[in-house]
Amino acid sequence: MITKRIIPCLDVRNGRVVKGKNFLGLNDVDSPVKLAAEYSASGADELVFYDITASFEERKLFADILKEAASNVFIPLTVGGGINTVDDFSRVLESGADKVSVNSGAIRNTSIIGEAAKKFGSQCVVLSADIKRVDGVFRVFSKGGRENTGMEALSWLKNGVESGAGELVVNSIDTDGVRDGFDIELLAKVCDICKVPVIASGGAGTIQHFVDLFMQVPEIDAGLAASVFHFGDIKISDLKKNLRENGINVRIDK
Amino acid sequence: MVGIIDYGVGNLFSLKSSFAHLGVDTEIVKNEAQASRCDRLILPGVGAFGDAATALRNSGLDKTVKQAAEHGVPLLGICLGMQLLFEEGLEFGSHEGLGLIPGKVVSIKPLINGNKIPHIGWNSLSLTNEDKGLYKYTENGEFVYFVHSFHAECDDKYITAKTEYGSMLTASVRNGNVFGAQFHPEKSGDAGLRMLKSFCEF
Repeated sequence: MITKRIIPCLDVRNGRVVKGKNFLGLNDVDSPVKLAAEYSASGADELVFYDITASFEERKLFADILKEAASNVFIPLTVGGGINTVDDFSRVLESGADKVSVNSGAIRNTSIIGEAAKKFGSQCVVLSADIKRVDGVFRVFSKGGRENTGMEALSWLKNGVESGAGELVVNSIDTDGVRDGFDIELLAKVCDICKVPVIASGGAGTIQHFVDLFMQVPEIDAGLAASVFHFGDIKISDLKKNLRENGINVRIDK
Repeated sequence: MVGIIDYGVGNLFSLKSSFAHLGVDTEIVKNEAQASRCDRLILPGVGAFGDAATALRNSGLDKTVKQAAEHGVPLLGICLGMQLLFEEGLEFGSHEGLGLIPGKVVSIKPLINGNKIPHIGWNSLSLTNEDKGLYKYTENGEFVYFVHSFHAECDDKYITAKTEYGSMLTASVRNGNVFGAQFHPEKSGDAGLRMLKSFCEF
């Protein structure tokens, strides 16, 4: 039987993993290559590397880090951040990524989803969206959650899937960094209308939050988190053991 | 030396890294001369069956792979590379494969009882016979990473493992020295590395 996936997300800037609170106040945490290897050994099912750099030099540093991680860690790697063209897909795939996550790039140019799916296959194209309630409506935000695009989130995701996105990362700005649990309402709505794998992001604070996520939204495929893993608040091996005890199917190596 | 067939389809980086991790030399194979230096071959692949089959034919490597396999060189097809080992692929029409294993590649959609497509993620293997080609170091029930929407339909005698996703899907196959894995051993952590090691010792 297919298992629920646990995915640590590594935000990389200047060659270090950082994690902010509500997208602000970045903290330097650790070496991404070291963390990636530790996560893989402790049972992470997949890793997301998020490039939050801007300059050309930093982008090259990110590619080097990605290559080093991909040479040592043999689980799927998804890369996001700064993906604006099909060439950007090629750039990170050549550095060892298996999947590429596009967010603001798809807001600026929607056709990138279909073009990338045609060239690399849908399995390679992950549509990631930062979503926040505005006057009771779920809206898509761009630029790392700073700018309201005005687009309604559920139809944006649905269109993304129809254009060729093979997976969705749904990040709730309302719950991100607050560590008070995943955004169950939003995630259940997305799973109702999108029949591709959905990865929940934003709000994990305790093991129980993951249990609640998979119990309350059984269609969710994966839970993604950053700081609770980076700071050691949740050990992935403990998390998976607990999920299994709650009847949730997870991969635990023999 | 393990040759990784490069016909412009598929991510070779992780395969190269996996073998490097195992201490096994690899060569990226773009022509027959390079293939002849290798004592075993890997056929990777992602994307659609028809495009990949055409790319393989246009590169001329289809004959190279076929001849090597017919001369007993151990060959491992991975994901779409496994599907190409079969006679026919039914993704966007009918396309001819390498015909190294009798059978065809069909959509999993009618088989999976409403599960999501593609089948993405870690699923467990049910080993269907005592085959040790890939599984010398593998126990029944180990988890591997899948990403696919099609699978191989063939005689059970070629199937070495299945996986449950709404119904039992073909996870791996073998016909003599020709092996195929629908999943990605190079992305399946320690379990996958042990399968690549097993293949290198075959």
